[in-house]
Amino acid sequence: MNNSLYETLIERFIRVTGVLVILFLALIFMFLLREGGATFFEVPVGDLLQTRWYPNEEHFGLLPLVLGSLMVTLGAAVVSLPLGLLTAVFIAEVAPRWVREVLKPFIEVLAGIPSVVLGFIGMLAISPLIREYLGAPTGLTALSGSVMLGYMALPTIISVAEDALDAVPKSYRDAALALGATRWQTLWRVTVPAARSGILTAMMLGVGRAIGETMAVMMVTGNAARMPLTLNSFLMPVRTMTATIAAEMGEVAQGSLHYHVLFAVGLVLFFVTLIINLVAAWTIFRQGKRYGRLLS
Amino acid sequence: MAEAPKFSLDKVSYTYEDGVRALCDIDLSIYPNEITVIFGPAGGGKSTLLRLLNRLNDLIPGRQLEGRVLLDGEDVYAPGVDVHALRRRVGMVFATPVPLPMSIRQNLTYGPELAGIRNRARLDELVESSLRAAALWDEVQDRLNEPAVALSGGQQQRLCLARTLALEPEAVLLDEPTSGLDPISTAKVEASLQELKRRYTVVIVPHSVQQAARVADHAVFVLQGELVEQGRGEQLFTMPRDQRTEDYVTGRFG
Amino acid sequence: MSRQLRQRLGFALLGITTALVVLPILLLVGYIVVQGASAISWEFIVAMPRDGMRAGGLWPAVVGTVLLTLGTAVFAVPVGVAVAIYLAEYAQDTLLTRVIRLAIVNLAGVPSVVYGLFGLGLFVIFLQFGASILAGSLTLAIMTLPVIISTAEEALRAVPQSFRIVSLSLGGTRWQTVRRVVLPQALPGVLTGVILGLERAAGETAPILFTVAAFFLPRLPKSIFDQTMALPYHLFVISTQVPEMPVRIQYGTALVLLVFVLSMNVVAAITRSRFRAKRQW
Repeated sequence: MNNSLYETLIERFIRVTGVLVILFLALIFMFLLREGGATFFEVPVGDLLQTRWYPNEEHFGLLPLVLGSLMVTLGAAVVSLPLGLLTAVFIAEVAPRWVREVLKPFIEVLAGIPSVVLGFIGMLAISPLIREYLGAPTGLTALSGSVMLGYMALPTIISVAEDALDAVPKSYRDAALALGATRWQTLWRVTVPAARSGILTAMMLGVGRAIGETMAVMMVTGNAARMPLTLNSFLMPVRTMTATIAAEMGEVAQGSLHYHVLFAVGLVLFFVTLIINLVAAWTIFRQGKRYGRLLS
Repeated sequence: MAEAPKFSLDKVSYTYEDGVRALCDIDLSIYPNEITVIFGPAGGGKSTLLRLLNRLNDLIPGRQLEGRVLLDGEDVYAPGVDVHALRRRVGMVFATPVPLPMSIRQNLTYGPELAGIRNRARLDELVESSLRAAALWDEVQDRLNEPAVALSGGQQQRLCLARTLALEPEAVLLDEPTSGLDPISTAKVEASLQELKRRYTVVIVPHSVQQAARVADHAVFVLQGELVEQGRGEQLFTMPRDQRTEDYVTGRFG
Repeated sequence: MSRQLRQRLGFALLGITTALVVLPILLLVGYIVVQGASAISWEFIVAMPRDGMRAGGLWPAVVGTVLLTLGTAVFAVPVGVAVAIYLAEYAQDTLLTRVIRLAIVNLAGVPSVVYGLFGLGLFVIFLQFGASILAGSLTLAIMTLPVIISTAEEALRAVPQSFRIVSLSLGGTRWQTVRRVVLPQALPGVLTGVILGLERAAGETAPILFTVAAFFLPRLPKSIFDQTMALPYHLFVISTQVPEMPVRIQYGTALVLLVFVLSMNVVAAITRSRFRAKRQW
């Protein structure tokens, strides 16, 4: 019957699109490899592990960049993980209904602010503050980057953690309260521990988001590729992997060594975020739930 | 009953994916123009049995069917059978009324339109005849374009019945159709059944033994997947042959 | 300290923490509004830029952002909704399905600048589209897929299973059920997800850096193979690379971008609440 031919075609088309997704991911990997792979033939691995990143003189030491990313991400985590968790707890468990209804869209608004806007305001408003009160020469420091990044990662952490807290069955709370616990005690001894794997996932995703952020970091960290080795380095400029790619790709000749190395940096980023997201997804899958809001 | 059965189940066994045996070696013939009642305690396999007749069990993956299910002598599970056409011939009404999120009229034309009927006059005809057969026409004829969810529970259930009738089926299966309804709506539905059996084969899983006794022409007692006893309605409920049937009918267990 | 007192203090602490999150954002947005409002005028938005971008309007950047957003929608929405339908209505729990879901999660985690590199490598260079609206839209589309897929799938799954069973029992095929009952009911939820995804695409800079964006291009693009200006990139350049750029104009540009993006947030929220009000289940 004509009908069932049409139906079969549609079903086939829909199935194909599912595979397309896998294809896209594979394509990303392939093209990064294609353009970045040459690096590993032309630059000895030892050179890549140097401490100087100065492409103009063929110094391609990746360490300052990697450490720069790590440092800024670490700082962002220190800012956003506690704030994010506590805010999620507040919204999910403590706030009265009307406050919740105001805060939830608000967090969505925060999620919608483009990173270039945050970088812009960080540059023009936050950095001068850091310069004045913390004595950094230009205010464009790893700390500035950490703060901006922390705020960028917050919506992800808050919404995923909030979902995890919402998913804790009401019976757990009721049982604790029936045993005479206060709401506060119930919160920290029953509810939050019960949601811990979702909260952990939220944090991993937040960190993943932070590592991959480009514009906000680029505009406030000063972009000097130095090795951030001491705590003091938080008040010094720093360069992340993402900012390096964004800043230098525009001036690079296609096919040059510098070009290949930048793609290689992209490959490193790809793998780092891949691993983080796989671990986060595995934690969720283990619980048998779908990924729900963690992608939005 | 010299006529041929509408449905024949021939040594039918049905096992779920997790190994649970729902039905065991069922031999059953269901005849047209009478009400066949399949009753028994909860979890006994009655609904599973009912869903075999229109292959609604296909939705559950990993099932295993032994034996044959015949409609007018032809195997319903044979490869190449058009399961959609089958479901139009064998309609089903569920325990909870589920009006589709559309107007009353659209609920009724949904099935026929899917089957390819486009003619406006024909659709209108089907809407009226099915609503009349479900004893709902008088109540809704002026508000066919209103959302179906606005109807009361009893009306919604009669709408669901009308929905299946709009496809002009040969058989109507009803799975505890009055379980959520008040006594008046229940009585209306049971009265419709008497009208229905004149044109269709009616198979019903009742929600109580009393309902079974009220409506059955032919009654089938199913206990834990096994067909224990079957017979004419009056005889089975007053003088059952099997002890288990008697115990259930008199309320010693349930 | 009594338990009640400890609880009150604890809750207060939580509230303060939340304020620490919320207030700076409010301040930030407020600051941009205050500083940038003076630059906003009808002319600012629809006029062409002059004097090396230091005066005049933003029109090419606005047009560029709109075009890129539309281009993203054209590619991402059909594919994303189709994948969501596949996952919600057709997929069994097989290895393939799990791999697909894994791939979606990973696509979501790829950094935006890596998408930029990917777009450069595949669309600009390999497929020879050059730096163009086409390359930029395709790159943004792939980046936006995970958001659209996941929200669309949630919306489809939210439609009660009973509708599907009823449709099938009336002789409907799976596709007929999806097309006539499930998808129409899920549409508002899908739409919300699409708007939120597009909002993110509109505000992104890194993916368009190498694939489409140009800074000094004071004319409107004539085809999808042209480069174009775009608001996020424009803001980036004028705040970091143009000497003697009036601060007012920088804030004004930031404000325009913010309003553009946040108004999509508002539209999404309205869609979502109208959806909840009109639901028939």
